[in-house]
Amino acid sequence: MTSTARLLPQSTLGWLLVATLFAVLAVLPMLTSIYTVELVTTAMIAAMFALSVQLLTGATGLVSLGHGALYGLAAYIVYFLSPEGNAAPVWLTLPLAMAGAAVAALAMGALSLRTKGFFFLMVTLAFGQMIYFVFHDTKIGGGTDGAYLAKPLISAFGATLELPRRQRPLGPYYAALVQLIAMYLGLAWLLSTLFGRVLEGIRANEHRMTAIGFNTYRYKLAAFVISGALAGAAGHMWALHRGFVNPEIVGWHKSAEALLMILLGGLGTLAGPIVGALAYTGLGEMAQLITERKLLVEGLVILSVVLILPKGITGIGWRKTTLAKPADEPHEATTPAAGGPS
Amino acid sequence: MTDRALLATRNLCRNFGGLKAVRDVTLDFRLGQLHAVIGPNGAGKSTFVNLLAGELPPSSGTVLLDGVDISHLAAHARVHSGIARSFQRTNIFKDLSALENVRLAAQAVARGGVFKRASAAVALVEMAQAALQRAGLPWAAHHIAGTLSHGAQRQLEIAMTLATDPKVLLLDEPLAGMGQEEGERIATLLKSLAQDHAVLLIEHDMDFVFKVADVMTVLVDGTVIASGRPADVRTNKDVQIAYLGGHA
Repeated sequence: MTSTARLLPQSTLGWLLVATLFAVLAVLPMLTSIYTVELVTTAMIAAMFALSVQLLTGATGLVSLGHGALYGLAAYIVYFLSPEGNAAPVWLTLPLAMAGAAVAALAMGALSLRTKGFFFLMVTLAFGQMIYFVFHDTKIGGGTDGAYLAKPLISAFGATLELPRRQRPLGPYYAALVQLIAMYLGLAWLLSTLFGRVLEGIRANEHRMTAIGFNTYRYKLAAFVISGALAGAAGHMWALHRGFVNPEIVGWHKSAEALLMILLGGLGTLAGPIVGALAYTGLGEMAQLITERKLLVEGLVILSVVLILPKGITGIGWRKTTLAKPADEPHEATTPAAGGPS
Repeated sequence: MTDRALLATRNLCRNFGGLKAVRDVTLDFRLGQLHAVIGPNGAGKSTFVNLLAGELPPSSGTVLLDGVDISHLAAHARVHSGIARSFQRTNIFKDLSALENVRLAAQAVARGGVFKRASAAVALVEMAQAALQRAGLPWAAHHIAGTLSHGAQRQLEIAMTLATDPKVLLLDEPLAGMGQEEGERIATLLKSLAQDHAVLLIEHDMDFVFKVADVMTVLVDGTVIASGRPADVRTNKDVQIAYLGGHA
């Protein structure tokens, strides 16, 4: 009856590719060094963050520069929740970090969504920078130097996940992978609902959505808050992985980086931000091997990818499969159906 | 035909800076009537529709729906109170199928959760199919809207307005760019729609208006210069001078 949501794989093959990607990530720690495991953990956290931004950018057509602040805020919330030298349990830190980011997103979205286009971008930037300067210019959370925190414990029913020293990076790795998969599936579900279709309509033609009776502001705000909460989950995971917070993770660079990852991986697919984050991290590593001017190489590569592949890495050959849809109406009638308007 | 106006304007005005686009317009739109508003380019017809649909707030004056002042009700809220509009320039979701275009419109006014899978929204699809049927477009349900012919896209515009189950239809030049044959088809459709809606038709083509309208209003420079039965308006001196020229 209705076709698949635009950002989701349009064929079984597409779903297989996504499943393969996750499967490769699942077995990767058995094949590589601890260094790579740590690196991919960082990449998966970036992927979670970019995925949260994709709900706004790719699905709804809104570009926010304030999400870095929501991500960083969530990491700081973990810091505030962790008693000195002691770890707080994840079942406490994760919901609270997400809720904190969601509340900030509600305030940010409620104001910024009253504007459009360029002004929306600037209001989210201003809002995000306000949060940044709270941590940058005050003594809160160690000021500009940042602060260490005891990483939250992955524990359930009193049992804590204890690993020998050599396998310790595996905890955060699989915690990040499970959350990434859950986030992907959750967003895939969300985009398949009627709610997702409204977001898609807003992206395509907001004016028309208003004219057929949608209060688009409320839908955009809901998307903004959901996206903010998910950015919070990513920020929480960052704190759990690194055990360190500083104002750098709150700044607008973080938001811009997520947008670059989306652009690199593909604006038009839900898997785009994940592939983009992995590619971006890998690119950073390779650039570092070649030269000290890492950012220059990164910039050139991203520029050429965007020029050569405007739909990003996941956009390669993606559409070919969707055009093969069976035409269930063979003849294009030029007269109205029998009976005409009744 | 009923006596009470379903949609009415009272001394409706809209200025853009120094330009008075709509001046002092007082009109009634009744259930079961096809009311055509004609006028030369720049007469304020589209501004008038935008005032009725809530896309523009009036500078002064009121819009009444069923006697209730809705002058400052937002556009999306007016759809919920029973006003639907189509656009002069085709304004559809070109990448979606015709059915999905109409289903979105049906979804806007439907009750029930939005966190239901789109593919499971059977009631909405049925509403959408009924609207497509009525607009004479059931064959196009699974065609991508952007690939339809111009005429079919115009019909899709109408189907989208019907899907919100409106009482009042504001149709802004539904014939724009259509051929003769397609025009005939739309004429039949509009007459049928006027039986159970209040229809406001903005139109350029005089012959078409004389053929389908129950009531017509001539707008020139934002002002109503004549309003009444087409036969009476046709012979009105002011109208002949201002608009029809040697036509009558």
